[in-house]
Amino acid sequence: MSHPTLAQDFVDNKPRAQWHDKALWFVREKRDRMAASVPEWEDLRSHASAIKMHTMSQLPTYLEMFEAKAKALGVHVHWAADGDEHNRIIHDILQKHNAKKVVKSKSMLTEECHLNPFLEKNGYEVVDTDLGERIVQLREETPSHIVLPAIHIKKEEVGECFHKHLGTEKGASDPKYLTEAARGHLRERFCSADAGITGVNFAIAETGGFVVCTNEGNADLGVSLPKLHIACMGLEKVIPRASDLAVFLRLLARSATGQPITTYSSHFHGPREGSELHIILVDNGRSGILAKPEFRRSLGCIRCGACMNTCPVYRRSGGHSYESTVPGPIGSILTPLRTPEQHSTLPFACTLCGSCTDVCPVKIDLHHQLLAMRGFLDRKKLLGMSKKMSMKFLSGLLSSTWMFTTAGSAARTALRWMPRFAIYNPLNGWGKQRELPEPPKKSFREQYADNNKNSGRPS
Amino acid sequence: MTATTRETVLANLRAALPESSPLPELPTSGPWQTFEDPFVRFCEVLDSVGGTCCRVKSLSDAHQQLLSIDEWNSAKVRVSAVNGVGDPTVDLNSIDDPHDLENVDYAVLHGHFGVAENGAIWVTDDTVKYRVLYFIPQRLVIVMPSQIVHNMHEAYGRITIGEHAFAGFISGPSKTADIEQSLVIGAHGARSLIVFAVDDLA
Repeated sequence: MSHPTLAQDFVDNKPRAQWHDKALWFVREKRDRMAASVPEWEDLRSHASAIKMHTMSQLPTYLEMFEAKAKALGVHVHWAADGDEHNRIIHDILQKHNAKKVVKSKSMLTEECHLNPFLEKNGYEVVDTDLGERIVQLREETPSHIVLPAIHIKKEEVGECFHKHLGTEKGASDPKYLTEAARGHLRERFCSADAGITGVNFAIAETGGFVVCTNEGNADLGVSLPKLHIACMGLEKVIPRASDLAVFLRLLARSATGQPITTYSSHFHGPREGSELHIILVDNGRSGILAKPEFRRSLGCIRCGACMNTCPVYRRSGGHSYESTVPGPIGSILTPLRTPEQHSTLPFACTLCGSCTDVCPVKIDLHHQLLAMRGFLDRKKLLGMSKKMSMKFLSGLLSSTWMFTTAGSAARTALRWMPRFAIYNPLNGWGKQRELPEPPKKSFREQYADNNKNSGRPS
Repeated sequence: MTATTRETVLANLRAALPESSPLPELPTSGPWQTFEDPFVRFCEVLDSVGGTCCRVKSLSDAHQQLLSIDEWNSAKVRVSAVNGVGDPTVDLNSIDDPHDLENVDYAVLHGHFGVAENGAIWVTDDTVKYRVLYFIPQRLVIVMPSQIVHNMHEAYGRITIGEHAFAGFISGPSKTADIEQSLVIGAHGARSLIVFAVDDLA
């Protein structure tokens, strides 16, 4: 389905859309305050960008280095070409360990690979342990944001959901009370889990270890009790040196939620005594993105979500309207690259305002890529007829002075006199939820000429 | 023989490589943010993320201060990995399975140093038998030398990454804002964090 169709219900509920917009803007403002408190913020962004670009240029070398170092630490390293292979590998590992109950911390990669439904189908109990993810899991939804999975849900709805699944008091909606209930519920799961699955924020080539960042402590609890830890990472998560972590950890939480750092930044190097550690390196389309020069910088993404928080379209249309694991600006690049047919409308939701590019901690040229993505989809012949025709029409109109002047004058008159139904009808998709501005009496050229005449300057 | 996934993926990547670009130098000091009084800054940031820092002269001062905390005294299951700090009710050496730590109310653990810019403390698993102790107790006390570095670059400059199966930065008690952006302290990990910064250890 197209982005406008999927966004329809969200946009129609105005108070709710405004509430969502405000909640995200609040996070964006926190990010701004944090960024402003670090004098070398812009240098950090440049360094982060340079480190990522450098890593991309030697990605196979760094991955091999990472693999060798990790193996030397006693880690089992697996490679997966796509989501299916990733899921099968996890299935095999769990089977070997006779593990039935799995706790999982937030990992967008496992969402991307649809690991949960796969494991459930195969008879495993998978519990998402991040509070936001647990909420959406109980509601049988997907996250609507990569850092704030339940940002679209009101506390009253969380209360209802917890009343049904966790037996909290009916009508209770106090976040503190609900969080406490989830804490108790998830503690039981942590203590009885056979395996813990985590994502990876950064994998360090020179040491063979990786870093996982959380505020709740759920990743750590999930892997510190059971005898099996499986960490899933996209190929692009590798960075060359441990000292690079300083740059990324300074940027990540500040950009994501406006915190100076996440509560826990855990560095894992090899298995815990008496347990096993598996790392799965997943391609799933990443090598294809690397091969596309205009889009490869999108692989630098550290999944902070800042581009979503600032995006005027994301804030007002909600994460689910993107129908993709990663929504918002970065998702509108990554997702159509993987599945252009299903997601051809995403880059057109963008207004090209460039706010995402301004806040991106690794300086991905997001709005340039979003524009390039439109061309990419056109070359794949995936633009709808209405878009193609209107582009053709506009290109003719805008390349002829006479036509432009005449059309402008005609429109100014017509908009003033035409009845409402002639303007706001199904043919005018733009006018669906918007009012056209009042047409001025004169065109800019006419006004400019008049002004000059009045001031005595030659026109 | 068919190529393994590993070979295929690496070959695909090799065929797609961009032009090489340099890796920036990252000195451990120099161009980075510093603070007039890093200790004061550390305490301020730790406070802002829900933790508390007490500077004490010696371990026995830390011990005395801890004993004056009501929650510590009323906690049923208390453990300590720091000799001389706290009056534990359970001996950590008697534990053979980390699951047995499920009911720990209060734990006293080691930290190595603090980071002024973000209130984080560096911890490593060699100072404690089970790493889960950093996450499972209801409340946490970290005892560390009163050494504070200015920023993360300095922090990484003084540690060796890779020598511990688990190590990490902890900044404040566990928290979440997943329900309508309302901050709640005490998500899955510790509900509170007290840091004793000990001058004698520095």
